[in-house]
Amino acid sequence: MKDLKLTPIKNGTVIDHIEAGMAMKVIKILGIPEPDSHSIISIAMYVHSEKMGYKDLIKIEDRELKKKEVNKISLISPNASIVIIEKEIVKNKYWVSLPKIIKGLAKCSNPNCITNKGEPLETEFSVTNGKDIKLRCLYCDRNVTDVLESIV
Amino acid sequence: MNFKGIHVVSVRDFSRKDIEHILNLADTFIPIARGESSSTLMNGKIMATLFFEPSTRTRLSFESAMQRLGGRVLGFADPGGTSAKKGETLADTIRMAAAYSDLIVLRHPQEGAARLASKFSNVPVINAGDGAGQHPTQTLLDLQTIRQEAGKIDGKKIALVGDLKYGRTVHSLAYALAMFDTELTFVAPPTLQMPKEMIETVSQMGAKPKLVNSVEEVIAEADVIYVTRIQKERFPDPAEYRKVAEVYKITPEILEDAKKKMIVMHPLPRVKEISPEVDDTDYAAYFKQAFYGVPARMALISLITGVVE
Repeated sequence: MKDLKLTPIKNGTVIDHIEAGMAMKVIKILGIPEPDSHSIISIAMYVHSEKMGYKDLIKIEDRELKKKEVNKISLISPNASIVIIEKEIVKNKYWVSLPKIIKGLAKCSNPNCITNKGEPLETEFSVTNGKDIKLRCLYCDRNVTDVLESIV
Repeated sequence: MNFKGIHVVSVRDFSRKDIEHILNLADTFIPIARGESSSTLMNGKIMATLFFEPSTRTRLSFESAMQRLGGRVLGFADPGGTSAKKGETLADTIRMAAAYSDLIVLRHPQEGAARLASKFSNVPVINAGDGAGQHPTQTLLDLQTIRQEAGKIDGKKIALVGDLKYGRTVHSLAYALAMFDTELTFVAPPTLQMPKEMIETVSQMGAKPKLVNSVEEVIAEADVIYVTRIQKERFPDPAEYRKVAEVYKITPEILEDAKKKMIVMHPLPRVKEISPEVDDTDYAAYFKQAFYGVPARMALISLITGVVE
């Protein structure tokens, strides 16, 4: 990690141990950069890691992640870690964990599912982590075909 | 399981013990379902039947079940003229119906509709079919037919034939049969064979399903042949459809090799999967099967309203 040339952040969040090649997808699901925001975002991809071989890393200035956002990250990179920085000091560090049930984070890929028909409800999926992460709609009982595309 | 107040969305909501409890009760309702004796069990209760898409057997048998038990029925057989046409959400329709009734029977074209209804209703909801999703009472009446017409479920060799890929009834039925000690065979052309996920599920439950692609391979051994409709629209080539439909047709000739007490079932409506000459044979159980929808639904209605424990 000594050769990593990413500017340290003063306040904000570091998302570390992202599965190599997934950083841009994490950026996408977090919806950053936000419009009108000029906070620095640094992205490093395919960084050498002793533990993972290669990993991605994102540093976001002036931004703390909400629980919902952390859950979204866990769906596409279940081994990621989150570091909260305040005044250049690590205030908190934790690993994301995959929830068993997610609510309101994804859209069912079945066009005929009742959750896609304008009803006043929050989507719900059960999450299983086998070879790949699978989301199963608790309404129509179908598996989501593309987890990344389904995240809202 | 304490049945009072539960919603019935999927057959997976039940254990084998629950299913047997329902079917034992259904057996006792058979004379009432036939009109040989009368009942006031559901006196004073109202069942709302909300049918957002057409159905003949399911709606009529639910209504017959309720009325034979002395209850009343309100509802609609198609959504034309209801608030749904004015853009009302299903959630609001359900809240309204729950205010007017003691239980709701819902058929809806969208998958997951019954699960949604169960979240917005303070009276029990029974799923009477949601799109290509679940249809649990069909499974209950199928099981009751096997018990009544083939004697029991355990130990039976049961072949599911036809469109096993898209047919919702066969998925629920395969799941339920896997709870029992049955020998399952899935008979379908490779393109319409049982989905891999479903085969895995029943295998995990202890069943060891065999996969074959002709009825001839199972006819001599089977105790039950459960036939489903092969839909034309599944085949891009009409000639291919005709070929497949012909191969999976149950005819008197095919039945020559069957056991004497074997039964043929079909969820109906049938098109050409079973030739009419089979109707008058002892093998034909499909019209009786439609009848068993009444006692099976009587049992479920009386259990979830708490009239019977």
